[in-house]
Formats: sequence, C-alpha cells, structure tokens
Amino acid sequence: MLKAHASDPAALPRLLLTVFALAVLWPGLQLSELNPGVLLHAENRQQIAAFTSAFWPPAHDAEFLKLLYQATLQTLAVATAGMAFALLLAIPASLMASRALSLRAASRGGRGGVMSRLLRMPVRGVLIFLRSVPEIVWALLFVRAVGLGPTAGVLAIAITYSGMLGKVYAEIFESVDQRPAHALLQAGSGRLTAFFYGILPSAMAEVVSYTVYRWECAIRASVVMGFVGAGGLGQQIDLSMRMFAGGEVASILLAFFALVLIADLLSRFLRGRLA
Amino acid sequence: MTINLHGAGLRHGTVRALEAVSLHIAQGERVAIIGPSGAGKSSLLHLMATALQPSGGRLELFGEQPWALSARARQRLRARIGLVHQTPPLPPRQRVVTAVLAGRLGQWSTLQGLLNLVYPTDVRGAREVLAELGLAEKLFVQCGQLSGGQLQRVGIARVLYQRPEVLLTDEPVSAMDPVLAEHSLALLNRHAQANGVTLVASLHAVELAFAHFPRVIGIREGRVMFDCPAEAVSEQMLDALYANEQLASQPAQAPSLAVQIPRC
Repeated sequence: MLKAHASDPAALPRLLLTVFALAVLWPGLQLSELNPGVLLHAENRQQIAAFTSAFWPPAHDAEFLKLLYQATLQTLAVATAGMAFALLLAIPASLMASRALSLRAASRGGRGGVMSRLLRMPVRGVLIFLRSVPEIVWALLFVRAVGLGPTAGVLAIAITYSGMLGKVYAEIFESVDQRPAHALLQAGSGRLTAFFYGILPSAMAEVVSYTVYRWECAIRASVVMGFVGAGGLGQQIDLSMRMFAGGEVASILLAFFALVLIADLLSRFLRGRLA
Repeated sequence: MTINLHGAGLRHGTVRALEAVSLHIAQGERVAIIGPSGAGKSSLLHLMATALQPSGGRLELFGEQPWALSARARQRLRARIGLVHQTPPLPPRQRVVTAVLAGRLGQWSTLQGLLNLVYPTDVRGAREVLAELGLAEKLFVQCGQLSGGQLQRVGIARVLYQRPEVLLTDEPVSAMDPVLAEHSLALLNRHAQANGVTLVASLHAVELAFAHFPRVIGIREGRVMFDCPAEAVSEQMLDALYANEQLASQPAQAPSLAVQIPRC
C-alpha cells in the first residue's frame, strides 16, 4: 500500500516513451548508413589531415582580405535584402493566416466562423508552398532565369523565407494572450488597431528574436547558394576549395563565424531591450 | 430604453449561465447587480456589452439589435458601450498612457490609432482621467509593473477616456482597498450623473451597491431574483439571494472553548 503511494504515476509512461524513441531511432541509423568507423580508416584520416593542415595560417594578404571583405558584404547584402523582401510578403500573409484577428472569435471565446476558416486556408496553402521548396532549388532556378550573381540569391531567400516567417508569425500572434485584443474589438476598435494595441506588445520580443534568427539562417543560406553561382562568401569558398587553398578557406570560415556571432549578439541585445 | 433584454439566455457549452433574463434599463439609470459567486453577473454584463452573443432571446441596445447588424455597424455600436473588466486585459509591456488612449480606438480612424501608438497625441487627456483616480504619476509606466488595484484603476481610466453612453463595469473595485473602492465608485457615479451615462456595475460588496446605486438587481443561478429600488431590498431577500445549501449542509462547528493553559 505504501509502495503504491510512493511510486510516481508518470514513471511508466516516461519509460515507455524512452523505449519507443530508441525503437524509432535504430532503424533510422540503419537507413542513413551511418558508420563512424569510416573516419578512423588510415586513408581517410590522411585525407582529412592533408586538407585541414593547409588551414594554418589563414590567408591574410591584403589582396585576399579585400576580396574577402567584398564577399562578406555581398553575403550580408543578399541575406538582408532577401529578408526585407520576405517581410514584405510575410507580414500581410501572417495577418491573414492568423486567427488572432477574427472578429467573430472575439465574441465566441476564440472560435472563428466557418467562412473565415475557409478563407484562411488558401493563405496557409500559399505559405506552405513557398517554404516547401528549398531555397537552393529556387536559387538554381533563378540562376538560370536572371543569370549568375547575387540577384538569384536574394529572390530565392525572399520566396522561401516569406513562407517560413509568415507561418511562424501567424502562430506567435495566436499564442500570446488574446484577451487584450478581444477587449479592444468589443469596444468597437478596428481589427488592425486591435492587433497593434492588443497583440503586438506581447508578441514583439518573440517576433524580433525569431526574425534575427532567420536573418542568421539567411546568411548561412546565402553562403550555400554561393556554391551554385549566387555570389558572396559561398562562391569564394567554392573557388578556394577547388584551388586547394586551405588558408583561404580558413579565413572565409572565420569571417563566417564572425557574422553568426554578430547576429547572435544583436538578437541578445534586442531581446534584452524588449523583454 | 437604452438596454433591453427579452428572455435572453446564455450557454457556455452545456452549462447554462443565464436563463431567460428580461431586463429594461433606461438612459441615465444607475444599476448595481449583486449575487453569489458564479450566479452569472459577469455573463450578464458581457451579454449587455455585446462581448458575448445570447444563445436565446433578444438583446436591444439604443433600440437596435446588435446581433442583427452587419459587423461594421456592430463595431460602431460597440464604440458607444464601455466595459470595465474585473482584471483589465492589458499587455504587460504596454505603457499606461497607451492603454488609456486605446479607449477611443472605436472612435478614431485606423490611421489616427496607429499614429497614437507611435506618438501619444493626447497625453493631457490621458493624464486628466488618471489624475482623477490618483494615478497621474504612473502615466509612462508599463502596465506589467502595476498592482491589481492599480490595473483596475487604469481599466476605469480607459473607459472614462472612451466616454461611452453605456458604462458597464464588472467588479470594478474588487482589488482595491475600501477607501479607494469608495472613491472609484463615487467617481464612476459622478461621471454617469454629470453626463447622463447609463451605469451598470456588478459588485461583490453589498453595502457598496446600496450606498451608490438607486436600483439593485439580485441574480442567482442565472435568474433575476429581485429588481427594485435599493431601499426596497429587505434582509430576507438578501438571505435568500446568498443562501448556500452546499455550505449549510455541513453545520459550522462552534469553535471549541477549551483553552490550553501553558504549564510552566
């Protein structure tokens, strides 16, 4: 009797969940053909050693640094411009897709009408389509359409990221306390003003932090897209790797590290100001 | 008649919050609603504020049926009604001045509303209503830093700034000390009398209802038990209103008189 009281009723479900997770992971490892032992083969070790030993010292001659500076600026510009275009589409789309602005929901304890749900579905569908195609595929498409260069990268980021931002913004708006906005709607306010007075103050910190994180992702994505000819640090790293210039690769990776570090600091600063 | 309820009922899922309530409140009347916890006082006020749609019967405000109107016309009608919530729903990061100015969003254009968010244009108006409630120095403080009683006063300030024709308040002073509660209720009544505003307040404290309101409505289990002038309410009526079978079934034990004398 005493034992039954002492045991945690949550223990069994937790144990079962752990067993289940392991049971799912094991076939995954088999399917992905993961075999860490390959790394230890003498031949492979030599390859890795030869490639990484060329990393030191990082290239730092004036001419390369100038090139690196320009490539870094280009990467930043591609990511930022892509994000700006993405926001142009994502903000209106998130307002349309979110249930937070439903007038009917305000007087029905959060449940919207059938019509508004039907109207929201196509917007959600467009957002899903925009983000379901990876940005690298868009980049390959646009490189063909508008030629080699950063424009393709900007367009690819704008399209994919508008889908991601729109979806997550809509969910953030729905996840914060809805009562302030509902109270305003019940006092005759318009829907847009109710959003700005009732939802945005609570959602702002989350929105800003997610946007900065996505900007960081856009920087990474623009580097990857450089490999397919969309300019910036990616193109530079591709060229340096082909020429087996390990020092240059190391310098580019360092520049890359600095960019992500700056994004992280910026996010932390903004969150601190808004929290 | 400003507020007309004809057999209005309200259901939350399977729970019946209000059963066929019929009420008529004329313009400029001041009415208190009293009753035990969970009797439906809040539901009734939310119904009158068009915050909830009646599941049966009819609601008329200013001679119009709000739920038969188009959404746009209903929003215009709602701008003439003010509701003070028991715990005012204000975003914690919003400044008090913005929260008060938001009272007039129903009367302002969208552009004017957005402009006031960036730069509050009527700081003086907000300061005046807050000063009446003794909160003028909190004008630029974030709502999250205020106490429950201070938040309730901000909620009252917002509705005073809105200047509605019908002022509905749901337990507006429940988190205030007796002196402040007295002052705030007196202020609401003075405002209503001076401007011919219809005032309806639900109250927990019965003595406040009798001290400030000429007409008192008693509600129990979603029904109107009595609706008469404050002088006409008798002790028996109040006993019947607040009678609690569940608590009464367990007879209260008289405190034991055995005093323990410490031995030294």
